[in-house]
Amino acid sequence: MTDTAAPDVQTHCPYCALQCGMSLGGDGDGGPLRVTPREDVPANRGGLCQKGWTAAEVLTVPDRLTAPLMRASRDAPLEPCTWDAALDRVASEITRLRGAHGPDAVAVFGGGGLTNEKAYQLGKFARIALRTSQIDYNGRFCMSSAAAASGRAFGMDRGLPGPVTDLGRADAILLVGGNVAETMPPFMRHLTDAQKAGGALIVVDPRRTATARQANLHLQPTPGTDLALANGLLHVAIQEGLLDEEYLAARTGGFEAVRTVVNGYWPDRVERLTGVPVPYMREAVRLLAAGERAYVLTARGAEQHARGTDMVTAFINLALALGLPGRPGSGYGCLTGQGNGQGGREHGQKADQLPGYRRIDDPVARAHVAAVWGVRPEDLPGPGRSAYELLSALGTPEGPKAMLLFGSNPVVSAPRASVVEERLGALDFLAVADFVPSETALRADVVLPTAQWAEESGTMTNLEGRVLRRNRAVPPPPGVRTDLEILAVLADRLHAPGTWSDEPAEVFEELREASAGGLADYAGITYARIEKEGGVFWPCPSEEHPGTPRPFLERFATPDGRARFTAVEHTGAAEDVDADYPVYLTTGRVLAQYQSGAQTRRVGPLVDAAPEPFVEVHPDLAGRLGIADGDGVRVASRRGTATVRARLTDAIRSDTVFIPFHWAGEGRANLLTNPALDPMSRMPEFKVCAVRLEPVPAGSAPVDEGAIA
Amino acid sequence: MNDIDPESRPRGTVIVGNGMAGSRLVTEIRARDPHVPLTVYGAEPRQPYNRVLLSNVLAGVSRPDQIGLVDPSWYEANGVDARLGVEVVRIDREARVVHGSDGSAVPYGTLVLATGSNSFVPPFPGTEDGLPAGAVAFRTLDDCREIIDAAEGARRAVVIGGGLLGIEAARGLAGRGLEVTVVHLAGHLMERQLDPGAGKVLARTLHRLGVCSRLDANVTGLGIEAGRVTGVELAGADGGRESIGADLVVVACGVRPEVGLARAAGLEVDRGVVVDETLRSVTDPAVRAIGECSQYGGTVYGLVAPAWEQATVLADLLTGADAAARFTGAREITRLKAASVDLVAMGETHHGDDDPEVEVIRFADASRGTYKKVAIRADRVIGAILLGETSTAGTLTQLYDRAAPLPADRLSLFFPGMGGAQPADSPVRMPDAATVCNCNNVSKGRIRACWEDGARTADEVCARTRAGTGCGGCRDAVEGIVAWLGEQDSVAAG
Repeated sequence: MTDTAAPDVQTHCPYCALQCGMSLGGDGDGGPLRVTPREDVPANRGGLCQKGWTAAEVLTVPDRLTAPLMRASRDAPLEPCTWDAALDRVASEITRLRGAHGPDAVAVFGGGGLTNEKAYQLGKFARIALRTSQIDYNGRFCMSSAAAASGRAFGMDRGLPGPVTDLGRADAILLVGGNVAETMPPFMRHLTDAQKAGGALIVVDPRRTATARQANLHLQPTPGTDLALANGLLHVAIQEGLLDEEYLAARTGGFEAVRTVVNGYWPDRVERLTGVPVPYMREAVRLLAAGERAYVLTARGAEQHARGTDMVTAFINLALALGLPGRPGSGYGCLTGQGNGQGGREHGQKADQLPGYRRIDDPVARAHVAAVWGVRPEDLPGPGRSAYELLSALGTPEGPKAMLLFGSNPVVSAPRASVVEERLGALDFLAVADFVPSETALRADVVLPTAQWAEESGTMTNLEGRVLRRNRAVPPPPGVRTDLEILAVLADRLHAPGTWSDEPAEVFEELREASAGGLADYAGITYARIEKEGGVFWPCPSEEHPGTPRPFLERFATPDGRARFTAVEHTGAAEDVDADYPVYLTTGRVLAQYQSGAQTRRVGPLVDAAPEPFVEVHPDLAGRLGIADGDGVRVASRRGTATVRARLTDAIRSDTVFIPFHWAGEGRANLLTNPALDPMSRMPEFKVCAVRLEPVPAGSAPVDEGAIA
Repeated sequence: MNDIDPESRPRGTVIVGNGMAGSRLVTEIRARDPHVPLTVYGAEPRQPYNRVLLSNVLAGVSRPDQIGLVDPSWYEANGVDARLGVEVVRIDREARVVHGSDGSAVPYGTLVLATGSNSFVPPFPGTEDGLPAGAVAFRTLDDCREIIDAAEGARRAVVIGGGLLGIEAARGLAGRGLEVTVVHLAGHLMERQLDPGAGKVLARTLHRLGVCSRLDANVTGLGIEAGRVTGVELAGADGGRESIGADLVVVACGVRPEVGLARAAGLEVDRGVVVDETLRSVTDPAVRAIGECSQYGGTVYGLVAPAWEQATVLADLLTGADAAARFTGAREITRLKAASVDLVAMGETHHGDDDPEVEVIRFADASRGTYKKVAIRADRVIGAILLGETSTAGTLTQLYDRAAPLPADRLSLFFPGMGGAQPADSPVRMPDAATVCNCNNVSKGRIRACWEDGARTADEVCARTRAGTGCGGCRDAVEGIVAWLGEQDSVAAG
């Protein structure tokens, strides 16, 4: 470092919801930024995974977009153009299609990686600049089932029930369907702290993941049977007299109906449904009930199901029956996935929501938000289609004809991706804002090059519900604009009502006002407070309010203040295995890649660590199918075929295979997945479908289109 | 729609019996179709309960009010005409009407018999008018309550019948502090589910828990004084008699399908009501039968799992949710519900080593109460017993249920976690390519290179390679490797 270099900028990692603190510094010579983990951020306390360490490389990827691209017609190639030409085209197409088909002809698709300011502005843009109801985002694919279940049980959905450091003092933690050792490695430190102090970690996962290997107890259920397992655990808890009766009476409602339902989940029935042996169930319940402080945490494995809301509810029921939620140092929590997965779901990107986690069909909410936006409540559209429904309606007679997409790559990340590709192709017009030519951007009519992460400021709300500052470390490259700038200019061209700042700080002031009085109340949070206090937990209704690290200690956010039990029944996966498709497929992530891979597949060390998609197969299954380690394998479901390399491991059940979903092209896991939707959360069933496997004949090894060499 | 006489009401489904099978069918149908007219008759006046859990109630593990399966308020809320405490006295198949003991007559489109079974009580002399006080046949919740009441002041109990239910009852009573003897006709306990070896180990385990077993024992009668039971009479080995004193006798000699109504209605009945794979009576297409009163493929299924499977199939068929649904037989898996006795048994467990087609694997450690056996034919589990330690039961039950091919490693059928080699944990045995730090993709080779480059402490190695900066879990391994490299170096130098 030279004396002339500016001081390091304190910010957070661009990737997952843990939002590890990092400092970015440069030598002032335009060279790559230097990443240093921050010790002062409790989430990571000086730790970083390989994605974090290499995050700065995304700023300088060779194919970074620095000029708008446009194609003259659907068949023409994408070619560089001026910003004016690109924005004129976007505005004129919107105006034309809206004129011909009405406001719902234009759709918006957002992302859980966008800052709070951008997510807020995008929702506002859809509702009052486009006047469309057709907006949703990729968070629908992420934790929406946990959000729906938490809302139903507690009246509010806020990731973790307290600071992440509370976990380190737990006597027991039940982690359902989460492989944090790979998806957010520094989070493991908190679990390890608990274990070192004598606490127990219990992991539920069909795979013996890196996380499961560190657990004191690993329950390895058949994919799609988590709900039966949760009801079975509750049955055991009742039988062994481990319920907190006083808590049940004082703080909850509806337990009797749950008790009746779980009476039908006696241990040996559950053993048969799940494959989890009875003694392990008993041990799990005893560990969970033994100590003073315990947590039940769910992640995508419990949530990404056609009955995901009910699956999560079953685990919330267990937590409630043991008296955990609303007690300091205990509770139920959802491990949010995307960087701003929490904040992204609070401020109006969701089809049915307005800022502050308000419902768009609530007249009071509409009146409040309309007043902030300077429009009449009746001018706000109603609820629109959820993510997969929206994507699969594109270009249909009733569906949208145009779409604006920010911060998402659904060609890789949406279920049954081939249909999504087809629908995108059927649009009259697609505009994508991104900083790299993602697989989805390459299908657009107009591509708008945007600033990323370290080039802009704003706030992110991490998995704890703590609002954090993201700070600009370098200016965006010439030719690149921020999402807020793009929205402001487009609003102007569309003669939208309201004000459209491109300054994150100003947008945040408006967000505070719009969220005031809502569930996710940010009214008392300021940039200055975030800096000074190391983040502020919502709800925080006034600047004098300390924020709420641990909600529900006095009462739950339900009308009567009590948490609500909901009785739920196991029905199994939407698509079960059969003679034609005899093997379960489950999908998930690996450590060195992130989501659709648009960022991480462009970072050399990450590509070295995880170069291509693969399918994990148990040696017994592989032996029967004549598949050897490293062989090419065609994996087929009723929806498509993916070709990937076999990786033999006994860490997976022999009736199940696993494919990570980060890659594009032939190895796309989402060519196979089942878009069966949860009736409440509209979450697709990424975590289980039926497939068959066959070896690819020698000499025709799979081609990896996804990785960039 | 008003003032419609019963005859012209739309003909719905009428279910006779509200036990495990009938109540399940009601909820399964409602889950698929909220509107189809449904009537259910239950002879017991209370809400249906989980009979599987009666042993827990007897053992004092569950309270009687903790085993309900459907809340009483559910019926009205879901538009189900529930006639609890009403017996069906007659079926008029011609008019398609059932007549209840309350005088009701309900027409049906489909009639489902789910009448279950009754306990079999051997015809002991002097019990023609019923069992004496202190002797109870164990079948219903009322029986269970009666046994619990009787156990209050009792000291010695005899359980007649060493099958599943008898052993569960015996274990429960022993847990309540009674001296308990199980009297069993066969040469070993649970002879339907267990081979003699397992039966022997089970008897030994029970003995430790305060339950004595009398095997090959033929009960000839009950001791009765002043209308109260005083014990049981056994036929002695030499043709004489022997008696065992008891102030509580529990009869658990098995069950008989309740098929009186079906017989009277002229339906074909063997041991149960004979049905096809759509659970339809072979005599009358408007009548179906599920649960313990039905017989499919020559088998009357006595466990709950097949009955619930039948309920699912029938609900699919009756609501049209899945017109292709069929019941093609079920595999029965038995798990004993008795404190401190872990036992699972399934399928054909009696095979010895004499059948060349059948491979038998056994592990026995009688002193610790462990007995494990798996019978295999054509690479499939055809039977298994796990006694004393059941942590592979999840795997075995699923392999058996699905007739799935067996793992190459047979040990994993008995011992969890035995599959697959553990990764090398010693730095010496670890290859250079082995990943030490997953979070930052650092191999042993890179740590070695870093060490050779001058880094001499774990801190230095971690700072340079980023190993240990993610989850922190490899920190010990890094320290181990650095220490080992140091030792190697000093050996080389020395």
